[in-house]
Amino acid sequence: MTKGDKPRLITWEVKDGERIAVRHDGRLPDQLRPIRMEVGVLANADGSALVEYGDTRVIAAVYGPREAIPRHIALPDRAVLRCRYHMAPFSTEERKSPAPTRREVELSKVIREALEAVVITELFPRTTIDVYMEVLQSDGGTRTAAITAASLALADAGIAMRDLVAGVAVGKVDGVVVLDIDELEDNYAEADMPIAIAPSLKRIVLLQLNGVLTREEVDKALRLAWKGVEEIYRLQKQALRSKYIVYEAGPGGGAGR
Amino acid sequence: MSITPASQLVIPKLKKYTMDTLLSRGVRLDGRRLDEIRRVEVKPGYISRAEGSALVRLGSTMVLAGVKTDIVAPFPDTPNEGVLVVHAEFVPLASPGFEPGPPDENAIELARVIDRSLREIHAVALDKLVLEAGRHVWRLFVDIYVLNHDGNLYDASMLAAMAALLTTRLPAAVKEGDAYRVDRSVAERLLPVNHSVVTVTLAKLSNKLILDPTYEEEEIADMRLVVAVSDDGRIAGMQKTGMGYLSLEEVSQALNLALTHSSLYFNAIREQVMPYREKLEKSLGQEARAEEEPGSSSAVASKTV
Amino acid sequence: MGRIMVRHRDIVVPGDIVAEGRDVEYKGPFLERYGAKIVALITGLVTIEEKDGKQVVSIIPLEGAYIPRPGDIVIGLIEDIGITHWDVDIASPYRGILTVQEVLDKPFNPAVDSLKRYLDVGDYILAKVLSFDRSRDPLLTVKGEGLGRISEGSIIEVKPSRVPRIIGRKGSMINMLMSETGCKVLVAQNGRVLVNCPSRDLEEILVLSIRKIELEAHTTGLTERVKEFIREERRRRGV
Repeated sequence: MTKGDKPRLITWEVKDGERIAVRHDGRLPDQLRPIRMEVGVLANADGSALVEYGDTRVIAAVYGPREAIPRHIALPDRAVLRCRYHMAPFSTEERKSPAPTRREVELSKVIREALEAVVITELFPRTTIDVYMEVLQSDGGTRTAAITAASLALADAGIAMRDLVAGVAVGKVDGVVVLDIDELEDNYAEADMPIAIAPSLKRIVLLQLNGVLTREEVDKALRLAWKGVEEIYRLQKQALRSKYIVYEAGPGGGAGR
Repeated sequence: MSITPASQLVIPKLKKYTMDTLLSRGVRLDGRRLDEIRRVEVKPGYISRAEGSALVRLGSTMVLAGVKTDIVAPFPDTPNEGVLVVHAEFVPLASPGFEPGPPDENAIELARVIDRSLREIHAVALDKLVLEAGRHVWRLFVDIYVLNHDGNLYDASMLAAMAALLTTRLPAAVKEGDAYRVDRSVAERLLPVNHSVVTVTLAKLSNKLILDPTYEEEEIADMRLVVAVSDDGRIAGMQKTGMGYLSLEEVSQALNLALTHSSLYFNAIREQVMPYREKLEKSLGQEARAEEEPGSSSAVASKTV
Repeated sequence: MGRIMVRHRDIVVPGDIVAEGRDVEYKGPFLERYGAKIVALITGLVTIEEKDGKQVVSIIPLEGAYIPRPGDIVIGLIEDIGITHWDVDIASPYRGILTVQEVLDKPFNPAVDSLKRYLDVGDYILAKVLSFDRSRDPLLTVKGEGLGRISEGSIIEVKPSRVPRIIGRKGSMINMLMSETGCKVLVAQNGRVLVNCPSRDLEEILVLSIRKIELEAHTTGLTERVKEFIREERRRRGV
């Protein structure tokens, strides 16, 4: 496949006398893909979560706070956060080498810095909190799905945080600013803007722009992202609560796990 | 795996307090205003061995960028484009905090942000670097070498990379059978450039946004937002780096500052890089006339700033 | 005027706004004030208490690691032996330190004697936390009634956040567990539970009951349900 064979990603339809942009998968510009979340999916981890944005599927696990090993990495006044964003070899069209790429090094860093803005690391000096994110299946927006999953796993591990973090990628496709771009859209997008927000505190904790936008388009993209993030945040809270609500079914409810 | 760094610099509490007080009055420790950048000095052609190069000083931050070229097969998904590779080295001589070894996450992040800022807006006309479509194309290596770290490595590195690319002369490609050989004894044409791009880095310190942070300011700052701006006033990339956060209003303020203050770096390109580029262009023209060759594709984008 | 936006025993998650207004009182490390809002920092259960005619909000975590507090009774596992101290795993991010003075009443000479003779790697101990402030590792002691090496019984590990529930209000849950199963049960603050049962079957029933409490800790009427569960299991197994 070469970049020359760009498919048509936006079609214009007229509905009730209005021109409406429709995306290749039938979504409107401000529509998220179907999103699914589940908390507490790994028995060994202190906290874990599985998150799906359409066909993008990411699993995250948290171990900690635990004793810092090696001991010299410990900080005297706060916990050390260690993050790894990694893609499984079978998650992509072409096999991805399991060795960490420069892209994964960068994304591990920006995700860690985003989480540092909410985790209350001062509560656990001299310990580490390890956050592992594995992209199991990639269809665009993997870093933002990963941060959504990581923040759920942290909350599931009982780690104190100022807020959850929800992420989504906004893009410009065929001249239209759209929410939650998938891989096909990303491949031909004029811009891809991943963003993660702590919604309750209204803090932007991750912000990147790969591509070219005018000032007005950035504003539009930010507004669209905010709308998407609020919906994802609502689903996150629901997923965290549902872990406990299941067992309220009654006597005998919630055997084994 | 990315690990919370131990702060390299222990800032005395008293100094932090002084800084906060000054900032609230709109001044910085070194006397600059919040939106003032340090003296910019760009020396293009610093390394004659390289096809293009530039040494940038931003205050006492010092970054050298060099461009080298070779001829390779293109990537299968872009048969009609040359190849651009950006690499950054935080050389140990540049800071007590830098250590020998492969690039760490900071160097990788910087290289990737500069790479994207150049690539996404098609700063370099990669489509004009094709010798034979699908078979032989030019590959450009932009190597960024940090020589002295006193903060704002992004803006200094981006400026050095851009200045080096703007003053890159492509050597001759000599066809030998089915392959091409690079003949560096002959400079054939200037690298075709579509756009100039600069980055403007804003650091958030005591809830204020400042431009061109020093190393000390970066160490205390909550975070930085790097904004790439193209010569036609568009935003060609963004990267939040560091552990803090921004409000929506702060992003908006940062973008406004980046757009208005990008002119400071574009001025440096216009005043300190373009005269050198024009000189190179003239000398190439003379060489071409001397050798009585038809002026080989010197289709240089002279619209650049 | 302040407004509490949650009810007693509601489940909250990080970022939930629990109350608004400057005059609302809260306690504990799991709530923080941002402007007029009081925000939950952890997944947990809301507790609203009356104090001096005022309502005070706090959160009981549903998950999380064991953080030692001076005076806590913990069950530790000897992990390593130094010259004059033992390293003790207390199921916490912080490693317990047990010095020889806190074990022996007589002077100890490391040149001629070895700590291994008194407590060995792999031994469980019942210990008390002497001091801890997060900047140094917790110091333990086994001097005190009932403390020291654990020589019989089984250890069950539960989430430290479930300990209050397994004990129950004024010991209601643990007393019910002991009387219904005939087992002896000791719940340490760090989530390790020591059990001594008359039979294998009764131990199994006890373990299942404790797991049930762990899973359903946030629900109401749990003591009665667990009691019912134990009686049903005993009938089924004929013990």
